[in-house]
Amino acid sequence: MLELKQVSKRYGRKTILNDFNLTVNQGEILAIVGPSGAGKTTLLRCISGLERIDSGEIQLDGKPFDPYINRDNDSVTGVVFQDFQLFPNLNVLENITLAPMLALKKDKDAARKQALDLLKRLGLDGKEQLYPYQLSGGQKQRVALARALAMQPRILCYDEPTSALDPDLRQEVEKMILGLKTDGMTQLVVTHDLDFAKQIADNIKRVEAL
Amino acid sequence: MNLAGQWHYAMQIMPSLLSGVQMTLSIFIFTLIGAIPLGIIVGLGRASHFKPLKDLLGIYVWIMRGTPLLLQLIVVFYGLPIIGIVFQRYNAALFAFIINYAAYFAEIFRGGLQSIDRGQYESARVLRLTYWQTIRKIVLPQVMKIVLPSIGNEVINLVKDSSLVYVIGLGDLLRAGNVATSRDVTLLPLLLVGIIYLLLTAVLTFIQQRVENHYSYFK
Ligand SMILES: Nc1ncnc2c1ncn2[C@@H]1O[C@H](COP(=O)(O)OP(=O)(O)O)[C@@H](O)[C@H]1O
Ligand SMILES: [Mg+2]
Repeated sequence: MLELKQVSKRYGRKTILNDFNLTVNQGEILAIVGPSGAGKTTLLRCISGLERIDSGEIQLDGKPFDPYINRDNDSVTGVVFQDFQLFPNLNVLENITLAPMLALKKDKDAARKQALDLLKRLGLDGKEQLYPYQLSGGQKQRVALARALAMQPRILCYDEPTSALDPDLRQEVEKMILGLKTDGMTQLVVTHDLDFAKQIADNIKRVEAL
Repeated sequence: MNLAGQWHYAMQIMPSLLSGVQMTLSIFIFTLIGAIPLGIIVGLGRASHFKPLKDLLGIYVWIMRGTPLLLQLIVVFYGLPIIGIVFQRYNAALFAFIINYAAYFAEIFRGGLQSIDRGQYESARVLRLTYWQTIRKIVLPQVMKIVLPSIGNEVINLVKDSSLVYVIGLGDLLRAGNVATSRDVTLLPLLLVGIIYLLLTAVLTFIQQRVENHYSYFK
């Protein structure tokens, strides 16, 4: 269980999050919904340790947890970025195996086997030798997801998972996210699309621009 | 001189030209070996967010690009001994070339580094790669692809710039040709020198093409 208690985040003199509270329960899908500029991406960046919070506390299973510092010794969060940010110089397989090999010290065969399993589950078998520029948007997203999953995070975070895709791919994303839920994955989905959030989420947390 | 005579003469001066080529190539190769890694490191520093380092390296780049390489060679060989730093001729040449070319490479790499999306660093970071792992596996391969054409330009410049070592008394290809031309009062040696430079740059252009092809597997 991940909790944010009275978390505040400012950029310069501009307050983006003010005494923000949030609870993500084990195995649930929590959607954070709000208009553009509400601070959703900022929130996700704080949770994944890309930004340091200015005040308040983040707790993991009731214990204080600072993602900004702890990022190097814990696989707590995985992130699927809005624009995926696959590594263009690596093929699909390498994109997925790189971090498990370098950060988790997995051996090559184990990392490869895990990656192939993930690709198969996400309907990407046969694509492992392709480079990111050879993939469609939906395929890129699934590779980004596989890459995050390969690090075995406890919580998977998505930033606007439907925004970079054709509208008719929305259901695919829903299926993907709900599929992971049946495997017990805890997921945090940031979106401006309330209908989409209602389709997938166990709980919805609304945010507004300050 | 008839054609046969010219051929005979060309063969006569060839050994001295080739030993000049040796000097040219050795300056060329060792400068690259020193200046490319140094240029990458300086480029990383220039692209960093640590202002004192950025500014300091900025001054270094400014001096190296803002004064003639010829002058730098003279300063390294004749000037530095005044403050107790003495280089042998060849080492002085290499030192001057490496610090000069590193500055140009650094600016090229800085440009390349700054064109990499910040999101690449961030996705590497949430995947728990270290800074150096990110640089080595993610950033540098992408930067290399971007900077190759500019690096290729500088590399070809370097072949020709290496002729400046004459100023501290080293005998390179151009100097060997000059010596023969003034001794034998004929332009033929310089013509040969020109042809040899063209051959060298042709080889380099070919290699550049090959390297650029190697990086064409991704976009
Ligand atoms: N690095 C930054 N520096 C300054 N302001 C920022 C930065 N990132 C985001 N902001 C500002 O924070 C606010 C919230 O942005 P963001 O978290 O991206 O919102 P959302 O994802 O909900 O659209 C916006 O007003 C944005 O301009
Ligand atoms: Mg956003």
